[in-house]
Amino acid sequence: MILINQLSKKYKDADTYALQNLDLAIEQQEIFGLLGPNGAGKTTLISMLSSLVKPTSGSFSINGLTYKENKNKLKQIIGIVPQEYALYPTLTAYENLSYLGSMYGINGKTLKTRIHQHLETLGLDNFASKKVGFFSGGMKRRVNLIASILHEPKVLFLDEPTVGVDVQSKNVIIEHLKGLNANGTTIIYTSHHLNEAEHLCTRVGIIDHGKLICKGKPAELISKQEDANNLEDVFITITGKALRDYA
Amino acid sequence: MHKLWASTYKEFLLLRRDVGGLAILFVMPLILLITITLIQNSTFKTLKETKIPILLVDNDLGTVSKSINKGLSRANTFEIIKKSSSEEAKNLVFKGEYQLAIVIPSNLSKDLNIKVNENVDGILAKFGLEEENVVSPKTKIQKKEVVLYFDPATQQSFKNAIKNGIDKIISGIEIQSIYKAFESQLSDTPNSEPIFETESFISFKEITPDGNEDYIPNASQHNVPAWALFAIFFIILPLSINIVKEKSQGTFVRLRTNPVSYATVLGGKTLVYLAVCLTQFVLMLLIGLYVFPLISLPEIDISGKLLMLLTVALFSGLAAIGLGLLLGTIFKTHEQSAPFGATLVVILAAIGGVWVPVFVMPKFMQALSNISPMNWGLNAFYDVFLRNVSFKEIVPEITLLLIFFIVTTIISILYNEKKNAA
Repeated sequence: MILINQLSKKYKDADTYALQNLDLAIEQQEIFGLLGPNGAGKTTLISMLSSLVKPTSGSFSINGLTYKENKNKLKQIIGIVPQEYALYPTLTAYENLSYLGSMYGINGKTLKTRIHQHLETLGLDNFASKKVGFFSGGMKRRVNLIASILHEPKVLFLDEPTVGVDVQSKNVIIEHLKGLNANGTTIIYTSHHLNEAEHLCTRVGIIDHGKLICKGKPAELISKQEDANNLEDVFITITGKALRDYA
Repeated sequence: MHKLWASTYKEFLLLRRDVGGLAILFVMPLILLITITLIQNSTFKTLKETKIPILLVDNDLGTVSKSINKGLSRANTFEIIKKSSSEEAKNLVFKGEYQLAIVIPSNLSKDLNIKVNENVDGILAKFGLEEENVVSPKTKIQKKEVVLYFDPATQQSFKNAIKNGIDKIISGIEIQSIYKAFESQLSDTPNSEPIFETESFISFKEITPDGNEDYIPNASQHNVPAWALFAIFFIILPLSINIVKEKSQGTFVRLRTNPVSYATVLGGKTLVYLAVCLTQFVLMLLIGLYVFPLISLPEIDISGKLLMLLTVALFSGLAAIGLGLLLGTIFKTHEQSAPFGATLVVILAAIGGVWVPVFVMPKFMQALSNISPMNWGLNAFYDVFLRNVSFKEIVPEITLLLIFFIVTTIISILYNEKKNAA
C-alpha cells in the first residue's frame, strides 16, 4: 500500500509548486493511473516515489517503508520504468538485462531464466543477442520494461510506458502489465493515452497545476460528469482546453 | 561483490564495443611516445651527429679566426658556411634561413697579439726580466667584438648555449696567446721544449646513480616515464565522458533507483580503467624495448625495475582515475567534461614537470608542482628509471598518489549523494 501525506515539491528557482499538498492512498494490487496535462506534476510525483527527487515537504511510505529508514529495502521492492529508454545502446538486450538485474542482487540461473522468460513473453527472444542501439522504439520500450521487473517488484512505477510505440508493442506491454498485476504487483502509471488508462486502470487520479483534482474508478468519474462519454471528456471538462506549454 | 563484478563486466563490455575509443586509448599514447622521443632524441643527438648550418664571416683571416673556425669544427655541432659580407649573413639569419651568423672583426689576430705582448712585456718588466727594463708605451687598440646574429625565432636556451660555447673558444684562444707570448719572451732557443702545458688540467667526469661512469640516460629513458604518465592521466578524459554519458542516456537515473551504491558503480569503472592504464603502460614499455631500436631510437633499460615500474603505474593510474571520477560526477554534459578534462591534463603535465623541469620553474610554480599528482608520479618514475632507488624510496610518492585517489573518490561519492539525495 502506498500512503502519501501532504506531499509537496517546489524546484529551485521555480515560482510555483510542481506538486502541492498531495494526499493519496493506493491499495495493494491496484493499477492506478496518474493523468494530467504536460507539467501537471505527474513525473514529479513518480520521481519522488522512486527516490529520484527529494520532497520539499510531506511524507510517504510504500508497504510501510520509507527512504529515510529503509532505503535499500524499499528500492528492492519497487521497480521504475523511466520515460527515457535508460539502456546501454552498445550492449545487447541480454547484456543490458543481465547487468541491470544484477544490480538488484539477482544472479546465476535465476537471472538467466527470468530474462529469457520476459524476453519471450514480450516477443524479444530472437533479439536477445542484438545490440539495443539498433532496436525500434517499441522494442526498446519492452526491454526498458523488462529491466524494471526482473527482481519481481511489489510496486511498479511506469512513466508513460507506451509513448511513441506502435499499436502492437503497446498491446504487448499492456497485456504484460495486466499479467504482472494479476500476480500481485501494484502498478502506478502516468499516461497521456486516456483510452488506454480507462481500460487498464482500476482507479485514476487527475492532477493539474500540482494538485490532485479528482480520483476514482474511471467508470465512476465518467458517470459523475455530465455529457461525458469517456475519460477524455472528463479530463477536458476538469482541466480545460487551454494549452499547457511550459519551459 | 557480485554487483561490483557485474559493474566491472559491464564497463569492460562498453569499452570493448567502442573501437574508436579503444584506438584513442591505446594507439594515440603510443604515437605520442614515439613522436616525442624521436624529436627529443634528435635534440640529444644534435651535439653528436646532427649539424646545425651556421654562417661565418671572417674579416680577420688570421690565427685567431682560424682557431675559432677550428674550435667550432671540433665541437662537431655546426656546419660552417663561409660568407664574405656581414650584411648578407645578417639578412640571411634575420630571414630565418640560418639560426646563427658569426662575424669575426678585422685585425683581431694582429690586435690580440699586440695587446697580449704588451701585457706580457709589462709584467716581465715589473719582475726585472725584460732586457732593457723599459716598458714601451702602450698602443691604443679598440676593444674587439665578435658579432653574433641570431634568428629571432631562436630559443633563448639555444642562444645561451651558443654564446657560452663561443665564449669558451675565445677565452681559450686568449689564454693560448698569453702562454705563447710568455714562452717567446722567456725561451732563448726558438725550438726548445714548451715551458707551458696548454692542455686543460681540469676535466669533467659524470657519475650516474648506479655508479656506471659510461652510462648516461638517453632520450628514451627520459621520455618513456614522462609520456607514459601523460597517457595514464589522459584516462581522465574517456572516464569522465563515460560517466557523463551514463547521465545523458538515462542509465544513471535507473541506477539511482536500484539498490546499488554509487561506490560500487565507481568501483566497476575504477577496475576496468585501471586495467587500461596498466595495459597502456606495458605497451609503452614494449614499444621502448622492441620498437625503439627498430626506428633508430635508444632502447630503454628496465632490467630489475619492472615490478617497481608497474607499482608506480598502478598508483599513478589510481590518481588519474580518481580525478576522472570526480570530473565525471561534477560535470553534466560532454561539452563540459571533454575540453575541461583535456586542458586539465595538459596543465597538470606542465605543472608536474613533464615538459619543463620543475627546478627551472618560478618559486610559485615549484610550490604548485609539489601538490600536483603528476609530479609525484613523474618523480616516482624518475626515481625508478633514472635514480636507481629502492622500493622504500618511492613509498612517499605512491602514498600521495593513493591518498589523492581516495580523497577524489570520496568527494565524488559525497557530491553525488548531496546532489541526488532523496
